[in-house]
Amino acid sequence: MFGLGKRDLTLFLIVAVMALFAPFILNPFPTDSGMAQFNAGYPDLMQRFVIFGILAIGFNILFGLTGYLSFGHAAFLGVGSYAAVWMFKLLSMNVIPAILLSMIVSGLFAVVIGYVSLRRSGIYFSILTLAFAQMSYNLAYSVLTPITNGETGLQITLDDPRILGVSATADGGIPVTNLFGLEMRSFETLNIGPWAFQFSVGYYVAAVIMLISFYIAIRIFRSPFGMMLRAIKSNQNRLYYTGLNARPYTLAAFVISGMYAGLAGGLLACMDPLAGAERMQWTASGEVVLMTILGGAGTLIGPVLGAGFIKYFENIFSKINDQVVHGWVSFLPDGLEDLVVALIHPFVGKGWHLTLGLMFMLIVIFLPGGLVEGGQRISRRLRRKPAEDDAKSASTEPAE
Amino acid sequence: MSKTTLTRRGVLRTGAVAGAGVALPTIFTASSARAFTNEPTGGSVTLGFNVPQTGPYADEGADELRAYELAVEHLNGGGDGGMMQTFSSKALEGSGILGKKVEYVTGDTQTKSDAARASAKSMIEKDGAIMITGGSSSGVAVAVQGLCQEAGVIFMAGLTHSNDTTGKDKKANGFRHFFNAYMSGAALAPVLAKAYGEDRKAYHLTADYTWGWTQEESIKAATEALGWETVEAVKTPLAQTDFSSYIAPVLNSGADVLVLNHYGGNMVNSLTNAVQFGLREKQANGKNFEIVVPLFSRLMARGAGENIKGILGSTNWHWSLQDEGTKAFVKSFGTKYGFPPSQAAHTCYVQTLLYADAVQRAGSFDPCAVAEALEGYEFDGLGNGPTLYRAEDHQCFKDVLVVRGKENPTSEFDLLEVVEITPRGQVEYAPDHPMFAGGALGSCNPGV
Amino acid sequence: MDAIILQILNGLDKGSAYALIALGLTLIFGTLGVVNFAHGALFMIGAFCAVTLNRLLTLSHQVVDETRTDFLGNPLKVDVPYMQDIFGEATGAAIIDWSVPLAILFSIPIMIGFGVIMERGLIKHFYKRPHADQILVTFGLAIVLQEVIKQIFGANPIPTPAPDVFRGSFDFGTMLGFDPNVIIYPYWRLVYFGFAAIIIGAVFAFLQFTTFGMVVRAGMADRETVGLLGINIDRRFTIMFGLAAAVAGLAGVMYAPINSPNYHMGMDFLVLSFVVVVVGGMGSLPGAVLAGFLLGILESFASMNQIKSILPGIDQIIIYLVAIIILLTRPRGLMGRKGVMED
Repeated sequence: MFGLGKRDLTLFLIVAVMALFAPFILNPFPTDSGMAQFNAGYPDLMQRFVIFGILAIGFNILFGLTGYLSFGHAAFLGVGSYAAVWMFKLLSMNVIPAILLSMIVSGLFAVVIGYVSLRRSGIYFSILTLAFAQMSYNLAYSVLTPITNGETGLQITLDDPRILGVSATADGGIPVTNLFGLEMRSFETLNIGPWAFQFSVGYYVAAVIMLISFYIAIRIFRSPFGMMLRAIKSNQNRLYYTGLNARPYTLAAFVISGMYAGLAGGLLACMDPLAGAERMQWTASGEVVLMTILGGAGTLIGPVLGAGFIKYFENIFSKINDQVVHGWVSFLPDGLEDLVVALIHPFVGKGWHLTLGLMFMLIVIFLPGGLVEGGQRISRRLRRKPAEDDAKSASTEPAE
Repeated sequence: MSKTTLTRRGVLRTGAVAGAGVALPTIFTASSARAFTNEPTGGSVTLGFNVPQTGPYADEGADELRAYELAVEHLNGGGDGGMMQTFSSKALEGSGILGKKVEYVTGDTQTKSDAARASAKSMIEKDGAIMITGGSSSGVAVAVQGLCQEAGVIFMAGLTHSNDTTGKDKKANGFRHFFNAYMSGAALAPVLAKAYGEDRKAYHLTADYTWGWTQEESIKAATEALGWETVEAVKTPLAQTDFSSYIAPVLNSGADVLVLNHYGGNMVNSLTNAVQFGLREKQANGKNFEIVVPLFSRLMARGAGENIKGILGSTNWHWSLQDEGTKAFVKSFGTKYGFPPSQAAHTCYVQTLLYADAVQRAGSFDPCAVAEALEGYEFDGLGNGPTLYRAEDHQCFKDVLVVRGKENPTSEFDLLEVVEITPRGQVEYAPDHPMFAGGALGSCNPGV
Repeated sequence: MDAIILQILNGLDKGSAYALIALGLTLIFGTLGVVNFAHGALFMIGAFCAVTLNRLLTLSHQVVDETRTDFLGNPLKVDVPYMQDIFGEATGAAIIDWSVPLAILFSIPIMIGFGVIMERGLIKHFYKRPHADQILVTFGLAIVLQEVIKQIFGANPIPTPAPDVFRGSFDFGTMLGFDPNVIIYPYWRLVYFGFAAIIIGAVFAFLQFTTFGMVVRAGMADRETVGLLGINIDRRFTIMFGLAAAVAGLAGVMYAPINSPNYHMGMDFLVLSFVVVVVGGMGSLPGAVLAGFLLGILESFASMNQIKSILPGIDQIIIYLVAIIILLTRPRGLMGRKGVMED
């Protein structure tokens, strides 16, 4: 079905079902319980999960298949966001033209950067992409402020022209991003008992696009083109000796991957019409790399898991303050309660970076294949199969 | 069991698409009991404190958070009540806001506009926050202010000094108590002219982003009006950590004053570097060479250590002021945490009280009612003397402090001394002043 | 003319910091083949060695001064360092004043120990793992290290002044026949430059003229063969890691008075140090040093007003622009060896 093999189809369907029911899956705790802090099923975070999932899927097409480690992928994310916001400012608040333009612009950007950077390989390639991205970031923050609005980030305002839309709504507000009238930010809440589930329009739009991207990525992975990219990764010299020029293939992979990043950037702007320069900073590029390695480079689902993992820490752990921790352990006697709070304190709230850093180390030390390998180990345990033949069939290609 | 919370504009738009664009919903919601985003229904109300907890401004964010916790304690009737006793409005009774217990959620802005918006969004969408406040940079303040406008909640800005926050990027749902770059220039220039003379040549180093530019523009205009000449204004990259190559040419440029339009880490490093070059012991044009830092904060003063001594700058508030409001606040903050509050802590504490008071006076959490209660509001007893929340741009007008790095500090918190309290009249400007032109408040948005 | 001389001085000074950090990084890159994203953190830890020693030396007891009051109106408690009790007021103050140079001695064993533990405990297990895994684990380590420092010392920069005698600046201009105050340069930065030159020279001499260095160089070229010759190359590589950590740490100690240390200073230098190493060429120590000075000087020139007025914002991107140009004209950087980290 859909031209997918049985295994891929199963994977795709699982991802589709998870995406569809994410509002339920991510909200396991009743709203008024102490554990509600860990619920991730609110529109903004769900949108971020799928959007950064798209970014990581795209990055994996380049890194997981060809082994070229780009350290400047955030530049495409940023360029995509700027393009989308400019579309909102100039044309209309409909998301379709914005997304299209963000993909086109980032694709062109990727052609230029890729053409230059792909002349080198290995670490030299990484540094070239890093240099381009850092230049984009530094300029966007300062000299290019007329285009990017610098520090604040590009926002839509009341006096934008918006040729096909309105500059301001009837009651003097800024119009909202929409898909033919369907507002990205509108949502419905379903209350079942103590649970509250939020179904956001923006999330489902992003999720559908993520599924399409995921489907395309599977097809690329399984296509002759994908095989070619793997060949480049395993031994580029041998390809040259057979008379094949690898450059067009790597460039194509680079551009596709850049367009994925641009799409993610455009979608971010659709959900929340602001494009900040920090989206292009090297830390943002590094984050994409970390997402992919953390999840499992070269696997289909890994990067999406990695993206979810990092975004979850950023948005959930950073909000746990001492008051919340006290709330959890209030059943303990006073002295013990303070002790427990003091022990948890360095790892939550303003210490969320510390937890994230520790998780990076633990995962890479104990799960060399990333989160995907963790999942495989668990499922192997559950199925009680001999480890060898399962490991063989579900083999991942860790990247180098 | 399903509750629909489609946004009001969503309904409007859908109605229009369906060809039934009679805007019926507005008629319903225009009544006094209209709905608004995150209307508190239970016995408590949630405020969102969005401060930098990671990154270079984390310490400033931590101090803001302390102030917020103190404000919540006082609003709920705990502690000694702090500034609630000295506040000119007596609407607050120490029983929460409108009888609802005040609760709060915290988040990390990371001093990035993107992350700050994500954090604020989660407060609004997940935790049902009715008001967002905090922040330690203008980029974040403007970005979050824009978000709050779209979401239909009130934004009470924390530390943000750029003219744009209440200038070209002002929003109907956003309010700023902190002073701005224009006020710094207007307050500082006369003191500079008095201390260093009117015949001075200034060399500006400016952080190359929006705040730096408005700061440079403001201080240049103010000093030039008093007869100073600007020799050169050089932009420095935000990511710069070593300013030696920018400072080395200063002494030979014909200038005799160096103005550092830097904040945070930039300012700590550029000032340290300038002092390393021995600029302060040098003579130029027959005068002592001087360094000026238009925007001071105590945390920066701590970072710069000895180098800050004798250097003039401006600040929004300082704990050594002797009015009743300041004394009450410093006492309750100092008793709770063991050291005096910073200006960031002060502005955040005051913003929380002002918001609570406005809700109490308006008798509703409706953002539009709150905004109306804050607009044009005159108050006193919060540490800065008589203050006006101007209706035209939602900027507070109050006295501005000119401070100098103290020569003999008694502790690591006692680094600045107040040189002059510039009266409010001297730092006021018209709402359509060219440095603030180009934006519009728009109309208040209650969301939903 | 004077402006150019001034910027060359600046460039040498900046370059010496870049070169020192890149030297340590490339020792690890070149000898061990490990992409160490925690190298910036080592630099930061070095700077905090200086802060820590300063804190230790200023450990104080409090004396109540009845004549003055603190901010709450209570009698003021004045800190009196124990150093002043032990050695008398003047000597005690002098020891505290010299805390940064003293921190050099203090930091060397700490940094070497730190490097050895890091290599034995963590890095060793990643030699055969893909570079991507190395990046992830060392990046995680860098975050953990800087967060621990943040929990202890806070996020604010901590002023760590140089000894009083190095305050102020030296007037080069008068030596060269210019007017006074035309070319001045701070004493401490000159000290830094000299210090960097000594360290760089020492590392080269060590690798060039000792048997140990010879073996390590051989190991860099062909690890397998050296192992087959029966030489325990692993132990030597551990020592090299400790050495690289010490070089990074010393660069940090001496940098503390130039800019007040803060917990994220390592991350600020990380990207730059990688650019320097790669521009210099993978696996080349002289290349790293050369690239450090080259980028330092070019960055200084780019910040000149005359150049900025022609090309606004050039100082924002000069480093990256130069890196791109060099990598496109010289495939392996300035002095890179073929086959090192190219796949």
